[in-house]
Amino acid sequence: MTATHTATKPAKKLNIKTIRFKIKRQDGPETQAYWNEFDVPYKPNLNVIGCLNWIAANPRTVSGQDVTPVTWECSCLEEICGACTMVINGRVRQSCSALVDEVITPEGEITLEPMSKFPVVRDLMVNRQRMFDALRRIKGWVPIDGTYALGAGPRESQEQQDLRYRLSKCMTCGCCLEACPQYGPSQEFIGPQAIGQTLYFNMHETGKRLKDQRLNVMEESGGISDCGNAQNCVKVCPKEVPLTDAIGAIGRQTTVHAIKTFFTGKK
Amino acid sequence: MANNKPRVIVVGGGLAGLSASVRIAEAGVAVDLFSMVPVKRSHSVCAQGGINACNEVARQQGYSEWMHFDETLYGGDFLNHQPPVYEMTHWAPKIIDLLDRMGVPFNRTSEGQRDLRMFGGSLFKRTHFAGATTGQQLLYALDEQARRYEDEGKINKYEFWEFLWPVLDETGTCKGIVAQDMRTMQIRSFRADAVVMATGGPGLIFGKSTMSVICNGGAAARCYQAGAWLGNPEFIQVHPTAIPGEDKCRLMSESARGEGGRVWVPRKKGDDRHPNDIPENERYYFLEERYPKYGNLVPRDIATREIFNMCQQGYGVGGGRMVYLDVSHLPMANKKKLAGILEIYEKFVGDNPYEMPMKIFPAVHYSMGGLYTRYTPKPDNKGLVLGDPGNMMTNIPGLYALGEVNYQYHGATRLGANALLNCIFDGLFCGLGIVNYAREVAKPASEVSAGVYDNIVKQEEEKARKLIEAKGENNPYLIHERLGNELTDCCTVVREEKRMLQGYDVLRELKQQYKSIRLSDTGAWTNQNLSFSRALGDMLIYGEAILKTAIERKESRGSHYRTDYPERDDVNFLKTTISKYDPATDTHTTVYEDVPTPLVQPRPRTYGKVDA
Repeated sequence: MTATHTATKPAKKLNIKTIRFKIKRQDGPETQAYWNEFDVPYKPNLNVIGCLNWIAANPRTVSGQDVTPVTWECSCLEEICGACTMVINGRVRQSCSALVDEVITPEGEITLEPMSKFPVVRDLMVNRQRMFDALRRIKGWVPIDGTYALGAGPRESQEQQDLRYRLSKCMTCGCCLEACPQYGPSQEFIGPQAIGQTLYFNMHETGKRLKDQRLNVMEESGGISDCGNAQNCVKVCPKEVPLTDAIGAIGRQTTVHAIKTFFTGKK
Repeated sequence: MANNKPRVIVVGGGLAGLSASVRIAEAGVAVDLFSMVPVKRSHSVCAQGGINACNEVARQQGYSEWMHFDETLYGGDFLNHQPPVYEMTHWAPKIIDLLDRMGVPFNRTSEGQRDLRMFGGSLFKRTHFAGATTGQQLLYALDEQARRYEDEGKINKYEFWEFLWPVLDETGTCKGIVAQDMRTMQIRSFRADAVVMATGGPGLIFGKSTMSVICNGGAAARCYQAGAWLGNPEFIQVHPTAIPGEDKCRLMSESARGEGGRVWVPRKKGDDRHPNDIPENERYYFLEERYPKYGNLVPRDIATREIFNMCQQGYGVGGGRMVYLDVSHLPMANKKKLAGILEIYEKFVGDNPYEMPMKIFPAVHYSMGGLYTRYTPKPDNKGLVLGDPGNMMTNIPGLYALGEVNYQYHGATRLGANALLNCIFDGLFCGLGIVNYAREVAKPASEVSAGVYDNIVKQEEEKARKLIEAKGENNPYLIHERLGNELTDCCTVVREEKRMLQGYDVLRELKQQYKSIRLSDTGAWTNQNLSFSRALGDMLIYGEAILKTAIERKESRGSHYRTDYPERDDVNFLKTTISKYDPATDTHTTVYEDVPTPLVQPRPRTYGKVDA
């Protein structure tokens, strides 16, 4: 029995009664943004979603004004569905795993803003359809012969499974895109999320059958060459998806693909 | 006359909804897929431990599909209908192969084969897994295949659309749905020759559970109010190991115990030493001592009751409602396979589970009950007739229920790692029957008069308008909080008549309060307040059905444990509970239907308990 008592994150001892939330709001896609402030009663072990739930039940600002409850997306509350991503005190992350004790400023404040790289639907909810469209563009699937019983899939080494599993943990949350300086509403770059998925499918024995088609997308404008190598993506990814490794690997695959197509003339 | 342009609506994009969509699209029938969230964010992502199937390694140690079948019935305390379970367990190996072909990154052995782990209710390694986020990986694989068909124009997705009501024609046959765009708030109808409900469980009725917040049971409750019956609604699984939280209870998968994790409490009540300072002989591994054969891998209802009772007796950590789940002693290779859940614990609790035991307590996790469905058995009852349109159809013709919302397969308790199997099996196996039904339907939906659809649209517009204009004094969020607390207190681990009757009165009172609520958002754009408040009304009705049938089942079976009727009573209750709702009088009626036992006879369910 080891006697190590390592607490990974020693909880801050907070001596406050309320948390001041500053929330950037927007009633619809076309309207001007504005800010509301709310005071939420402090309890230990609260997360940001718990506070948003409290605000939903008690939507009154610090100045006593009754307002509409804040709109945001959430589902699993355990950082696996990717829905509740937002910018919290300037950093993009999931609001379920943002514990108040960790993110609160010394002044007792927490600021919430919608992600800036996607169109706002309302308040903290944005439209991330572009991420799902990117998965379609790169043909993000294994082209099986159908769902009938046709025997087992290909064998795979532990090493390859390990890398594919790490790539497949991507929950389409958008953190990497929010942090990427090359990605934005007026920029074409497909972004690290789709590049990671490209590697994921290109590694699979059957998935490889569409490798050339995926690399064509990577070769096009908005493809891999738009990456500016800022490496922000990998720093903000909550699932530690090896995004920069994937960008490197897909960069090499795309180069080989480009040379091959140059000599064969076939895409 | 054959229907030459059949369409099927699938409501819900989790494992059941996606596998059905893929199967139906593959057969050449158009699918309209509805989901409140992008389907890739469905609750199936939360499943952690794995998926059961007989496999060659287990088979050569004496395991078989038959044993998987038998374990599922024994786990379910024999309330399961046997032919569907037989079919599911015999399909299981083929389903694993298919998922493997789709590219699911299953953990591998050194030779590159699929790795296996132990799981509850079995003495064999028959659970396939991808780390400790198997549900996520399976869902993604099916999401990818669905995207492929979407790309080919065979699946049409309606994401951020909420199912409001099934559309029934003059003959009571389901011909489509009415749904609402959760962003624009537009309410409209959609025609279909068959409608598949794959809408998951009703965890939100209990307030805090391990389920996602979208799992409010609203869709099932709406079908119930429209005339569909509920089967076994009283059977709610409380998972033994979750992290209690302010906003939800987070699951700590059974795979922690499958990989060798141990549940214990200090032998001395109220022992306040750090767990790592408590020596081995002063730890009470109560599951291992009481169930030497299965140890920490007894079925969930048993583990849950034992943990609950230890805490009631004052053995909980620090005298409270927590016990230790310990993986700190495991080799790093095993811990690595659990990284997905250990990371959740670390992120949400702040302690390092690699080095010290986790503190856990049971939480509502799964509903064995759901919409009542029928099936067509083979003549010898060993399985179902493939392609038969009657498989998993509700009592409403044309309305199907698949996955967790289907009451089949698990009886009185579901075994760990059988849920993912059930969802995918339902979609794949029943897909063909649904296609056949849609192709051969007597009157295609395209020929149903528009008035049938318009009436339901009007009904739903009226309901939304009333909610928005309501000027009552009650806050829907506070009503929900009371509903959750009350049901959790009186109708989960331990149930007793007097307390449940009190609970029933509380629910009646909450229903009265619901009649005079006030929404804090009355706008017509992305109004989540409206969606929640409408679902609350449905949750109250579903909650009543759970509680009423729990009161009426005067026996103990699986997860339904009554202190006032502690024994199983096969004479009176080896029966399916069917609950029917009459909207005119707002009353629930219960009828019972015998559970046939053609293949396996019920036997006492002790799991080798030493004092049993």
